[in-house]
Amino acid sequence: MQLSEVRAGAAAIAPMLVGVVPFGLVAGATPVSEGLGVGAAMGFATIVFAGASQLAAIDVLADGGSALVAVVAACTINLRMLLYSASLAPFLAKEPLRRRLAVAYFLTDQAYATSITRWSAEDDPGTRLPFYFGGAVLLWASWQLSVLSGALLSDAVPESLPLDFAIPLVFLVLLVPTLVSRPAVVAAAVGGLSAVVAAELGADELSILVGALAGIAAGAFTEARAERERT
Amino acid sequence: MSRVWVAILLAGAGTYAMRASFLLAADRLARVPPNVERLLRQIPPAALASLVVPALLRPHGELDLFSPRLLAGVVAAVVAWRTRNVAATLVVGMGILVLLDTFMSV
Repeated sequence: MQLSEVRAGAAAIAPMLVGVVPFGLVAGATPVSEGLGVGAAMGFATIVFAGASQLAAIDVLADGGSALVAVVAACTINLRMLLYSASLAPFLAKEPLRRRLAVAYFLTDQAYATSITRWSAEDDPGTRLPFYFGGAVLLWASWQLSVLSGALLSDAVPESLPLDFAIPLVFLVLLVPTLVSRPAVVAAAVGGLSAVVAAELGADELSILVGALAGIAAGAFTEARAERERT
Repeated sequence: MSRVWVAILLAGAGTYAMRASFLLAADRLARVPPNVERLLRQIPPAALASLVVPALLRPHGELDLFSPRLLAGVVAAVVAWRTRNVAATLVVGMGILVLLDTFMSV
């Protein structure tokens, strides 16, 4: 393990914690105030470990919905993990299975976004996992602590500063350097606008996946057409 | 076992399966066909924009083209483009949002 890479991964994730910690407080306070208990809050945080889907499942359960409906709600929101998994996999082809399985457990929007940016720019395969785990484990620990704090102090969680805005801002910093080619710009523009349209049409959390798929298709189409024109 | 814990375990298993899916098969993905690679290349811009753009255009769950968040986000995008610096982008973006929120609530 290269300690400098672990630190670099942690440093890449650190600014995101400004947004993640308040989100974790809410994800901990909500199940407790809905009467599901601290145990369930931590069960969601450790076993599901995906903020928006935790809240969606808790919402269904608190309204008296069945476990199955809650599971479908949570898994639908997390379908985008398939895309992240596919995007990261070719970079880890030479890693042993147990390490890839550990990468999978810690996979989040944040860990994906920081790592794919770094891995695409950095050629040394040996630095990939230290960088990934440096950030991903820091995010995991922060999530567990903030959910636990929210669950224990469920009445005292404030909603004053717009700290949640830090999350899209950090994704913005990661988005900008990916816009290096016309297909990438098309993928981002079509992806972002499709996500908005899907949300307007009521796709809720699924709109991220709809947007991503539309953007991927548009970007790939643009790239393929440009290649055909060159030949 | 209670309804809640059944939901936690099944949602956890489903989510883990999706996270592991392609990583599980990664050793067979060392040589990705060019068509698939072309699709994979689009994932970062498409997925990141899908996370960012709705947060700017639908800040509170409905389309709002005149929200402080959109203006703060556009300025932050310029800062991100010019500096590639997370801290600078956060400070400018959050700062403008807090300022606009303060002025608009007076």
